[in-house]
Amino acid sequence: MIEVKNISKSFDGKQILHDVSCTFYSGKTNLIIGQSGSGKTVLMKSIVGLVRPENGEILFDGRDLMKMDTLQVRHLREEIGMLFQGSALFDSETVLGNVMFPLVMFSKMTRAEMLDRAMFCLERVNLKGAESKYPSELSGGMQKRVAIARAIALNPKYLFCDEPNSGLDPRTSILIDELLSDITHEYGITTIINTHDMNSVLGIGENIIFLNKGHREWVGDMTQIYRSDNQALTDFVFATDLFRRVREYLNSRH
Amino acid sequence: MILKKQLENFGRYCVFMTRVFSLPDKWGVTLRRMISEIYKLGIDSIPLVVVISVFIGAVIAIQMQLNIESPIIPAYAVGLATRDIVLLEFSSSILCLILAGKVGSNIASEIGTMRVTEQIDALEIMGVNSANFLVWPKVMGFMLFIPVLGVLSMFTSIIGGVCVAVFTDIITLSRFTYGLQAFFNEWYVWYALIKCVVFSVIISSVASFCGYYVKGGALEVGRASTNAVVSSSILILLFDVILTKLLLQ
Repeated sequence: MIEVKNISKSFDGKQILHDVSCTFYSGKTNLIIGQSGSGKTVLMKSIVGLVRPENGEILFDGRDLMKMDTLQVRHLREEIGMLFQGSALFDSETVLGNVMFPLVMFSKMTRAEMLDRAMFCLERVNLKGAESKYPSELSGGMQKRVAIARAIALNPKYLFCDEPNSGLDPRTSILIDELLSDITHEYGITTIINTHDMNSVLGIGENIIFLNKGHREWVGDMTQIYRSDNQALTDFVFATDLFRRVREYLNSRH
Repeated sequence: MILKKQLENFGRYCVFMTRVFSLPDKWGVTLRRMISEIYKLGIDSIPLVVVISVFIGAVIAIQMQLNIESPIIPAYAVGLATRDIVLLEFSSSILCLILAGKVGSNIASEIGTMRVTEQIDALEIMGVNSANFLVWPKVMGFMLFIPVLGVLSMFTSIIGGVCVAVFTDIITLSRFTYGLQAFFNEWYVWYALIKCVVFSVIISSVASFCGYYVKGGALEVGRASTNAVVSSSILILLFDVILTKLLLQ
């Protein structure tokens, strides 16, 4: 579980996060949603330690990131997997090299064990057979799946995903969502997904944090979102005609 | 204002270098990466070094002949002057200025692209000291291989001069080779190699620094690449003066 308590962050005098508090649960897909510029990425980067908030606490199962020294942060990061918006695969490495990278750097496995683990992870994301390809030879969806395989290679306790569906077609987006949800439940990972994709919100959102202009505006799950009367939230989630109709239909049934 | 910015950059560079020269997480991985960098930055530069050195060696020989043609200066002075110019300046400073363009821009654009595509963030998130992981093998690899490039450049430049003596009639081969051997000071070779090593650290570390702190996209990567070449060239010239004063006087 990750608890964020009263964190604030500003850049060049502009306040991006205002006293944000929220909790991300183990074994659940935790979603951070909000409009562009609402502070989603800054919140996620603050939690993983790429950005340092001005105040507050970030507790990883009770361990405060803000009070850790450099070595403790590095050890904590060995428990973290992250899926970046652009996949961030290493261009010079093959698919197998990318997935094996965290194992080579941090595990004490033998070469054969590393290979087994990497192959297992690739199989888990349905990419067996692509291990000798380079990232530039893969489609966007395949790159995301390699990035997921790399992120789970070390059995992380915490998985962060920054807009995992950006640039993907709807069908591939659903596959990635299902994969992330399955992995979260299977391994009991605390998964935090930063997304704009309303299909993800309504499909896998077990704990949704809605940010609006740097404030935590709303917290709930995908079933509560239909019945919410928070104007900013409904304007954001049900912005399209299709989603408005779905909401009206579902509300009319209750 | 400019001075303040430069001091800030120098401070950031110092902090960056302390991160680069911390102990590697995995020596085996780092040494493998260093060998790969030796190939990429060093061995791949051999054709460029050979071609440039042969031609510059030939040009120096021809120009020496034209400029010191005098009844009171012995003919072998052409060989002597060619050798000393090659040893003292060309195969260290000028060679490194040329390599600052090739190697410096290569390093800055590679690391800059890794920064803008979040590959460096990915390393940091995994708990890897990205500065050490990416830059240490480049600096050490290039530093270890640059003496080879320096010696190769000296040798091929002299070959260029010999070619002038062989294929033209401006000086005889015997006088040229006599000049090459006359009043030889071994320290000049060491002086050139020391300069090469210092300049190689400047090229690889400054280029890495420029690439590592890129913010933005492709445009900024290009700008970082240009900055890397300009900054390292200026620093090479500055350190050329300092090292010459320290080592030759």
